[in-house]
Amino acid sequence: MAEEAKNSGGDAVVAAQSHDVDVASAGTAVISSDAVQNPGLPPHRKRVTDLDPQKAKRQERVVYSLFYISIAGSLGAVLAYMFFPIETGEMMAIRLHTLFVGLGMALALLAVGIGAVHWGKALMADHESIDMRHPVPSDEETMQAAADVFTVSNEESGFSRRSLVRNSLLGALIAFPLPGITLLRGLAPQDQDPVELAKHTMWTKGMRLARDPSGVPIKASEVTIGSAFHVIPETLNHHDFEHLNAEERGGSENFLDAKAKAIVLLMRLDQSELNELPERESWSYDGIVAYSKVCTHVGCPVALYEQHTHHLLCPCHQSQFDVSEHAKVIFGPAKRPLPQLPITVDEEGYLVAQSDFHEPVGPSYWERLK
Amino acid sequence: MARAKKNLRKSGRRHPLATAALVGVGLLVTGAAYTGFSQTSATAEIDLESPATIEAGEKLFGANCATCHGMGSEGTPDGPSLIGAGAASVNFQVGTGRMPLAFQGPQGMVKPQQFTEEQTLQMAAYVASLGPGPSLPDSQFVQADSSDEGIANGGDLFRINCAMCHNVAAVGGALTEGKFAPALTGVAPTHIYEAMVTGPQNMPVFSDANISPQNKADIISYLKYIENQPAVGGMSLGSIGPVAEGLFIWVIGLGAVVGLTVWVTAKSN
Repeated sequence: MAEEAKNSGGDAVVAAQSHDVDVASAGTAVISSDAVQNPGLPPHRKRVTDLDPQKAKRQERVVYSLFYISIAGSLGAVLAYMFFPIETGEMMAIRLHTLFVGLGMALALLAVGIGAVHWGKALMADHESIDMRHPVPSDEETMQAAADVFTVSNEESGFSRRSLVRNSLLGALIAFPLPGITLLRGLAPQDQDPVELAKHTMWTKGMRLARDPSGVPIKASEVTIGSAFHVIPETLNHHDFEHLNAEERGGSENFLDAKAKAIVLLMRLDQSELNELPERESWSYDGIVAYSKVCTHVGCPVALYEQHTHHLLCPCHQSQFDVSEHAKVIFGPAKRPLPQLPITVDEEGYLVAQSDFHEPVGPSYWERLK
Repeated sequence: MARAKKNLRKSGRRHPLATAALVGVGLLVTGAAYTGFSQTSATAEIDLESPATIEAGEKLFGANCATCHGMGSEGTPDGPSLIGAGAASVNFQVGTGRMPLAFQGPQGMVKPQQFTEEQTLQMAAYVASLGPGPSLPDSQFVQADSSDEGIANGGDLFRINCAMCHNVAAVGGALTEGKFAPALTGVAPTHIYEAMVTGPQNMPVFSDANISPQNKADIISYLKYIENQPAVGGMSLGSIGPVAEGLFIWVIGLGAVVGLTVWVTAKSN
């Protein structure tokens, strides 16, 4: 076979060289004289159920048994619902309930499915047949009729003639999805500027840094090297928050919004390992630095701090920030460093904020300044 | 005569299950003996202040740790200084088998311990004598017996301080560049406490000033509480969340679908 192909290929080349255009076009290596022959249908093999009525009987029994099992499963699920009820206060009851109801339903569905397929495969008529493929296009007459429909409707409606009507219809269809876009806009606060909302948090000059969730202020002397503290503003607890005015709430109406913006991670590094920007040198205290815990990618809390490498990892999309290098992004989708909270100590030795964050916290968005 | 002989042979023949029974008995005896043996070496009362203990610890240190940490434990390029590391650090690192390191890598791994508890405490006493550092936890804080309020408080603190690395179900999670936060299930309360105080490897330190000893005890109680919770929803799949569930569906679920498809389309014989 291969020899034959090679020979005919050689012939083709020779033919092309002798400018004999009748044999084959140039570049044809194999002339399709050895196309695969239609092998036809394989001989029909009868199934054991066709040959042996005994075995057919047995398969029949299998099939109806499966259907009976399915009925039993359905009834079992109903019984399980009755005998293993979900009772309040008893968690383990849920486990038994879901287990037995689920098993009953699974049995009911699986058995009826398997039974039906097995019936089809083992007992229903078994013969090969050829379904000839129809030509894909319709016949001339049908195609002409379809084209006529379009022509007639165009003429009768005047779609191409009345261009003003047509164009205004197109305009209406284009305008139709616009309300959807405005609905999306409604998901954000409508009367407030997002820049303003994210720009201010509860941190103000002199606000003490406190432990999350107890609200106990942190003394600088308590922060040992390698420590990480999860920090909230001192007034950010359910009780105090109620009594704050709008300004003190940092532009947030409710407690969780305020907390989501103000959370901070505080770490103390060996001073020799801390590489600070010249304009931010006064923002840390004795190797203690505080950064917003809200990821600048989509706002997950970044709190996976590695003491030795000083890397902060965001668990959502693996953004990495280097705390020793002013929290710059070293990996991942975040685009800008975590905002730093300038801190210092008050006369009693407690850590306090020098001011609010100098840039909006949280994810980047297009109106964001800077 | 021949018949009697045949009967004798038949009664002398081993029962088919005899081999299995013998293997079973052997395994039980070995297991029991091993348990008894490993329990005998588990308890030790040691005075960490006594010069004899410190001297014994120094010898062990010189023979096993000095290669990396230096003869005076002042640190070398291969290992950090241990001055000020404290007894808690040594008990954690050696007691969990992390030290001596098997190999240099992103993270020291938990291995079977290489030292008895007595030897571990002797080394801890030696390192503690070098400089002030976190000491062994008070036994009242490693009991895991907090009240319901205590456990709730521990859960609060765990979710704020620990869950981001160790997973809300405390089954551990991945960090950067090959490091990981280990699972906290099956860890001795003492070791959990010591890890918080000392901040081993890349874990930050949670000193007693940050999380008070009683709060640490509550966290430990919470961890032990969730560890003993039955999985009410059925298989927990390691509690690591959507990853395990996705893998289960892709492998088991789609595997079943492929299997069923093959069966449905196969010709009946």
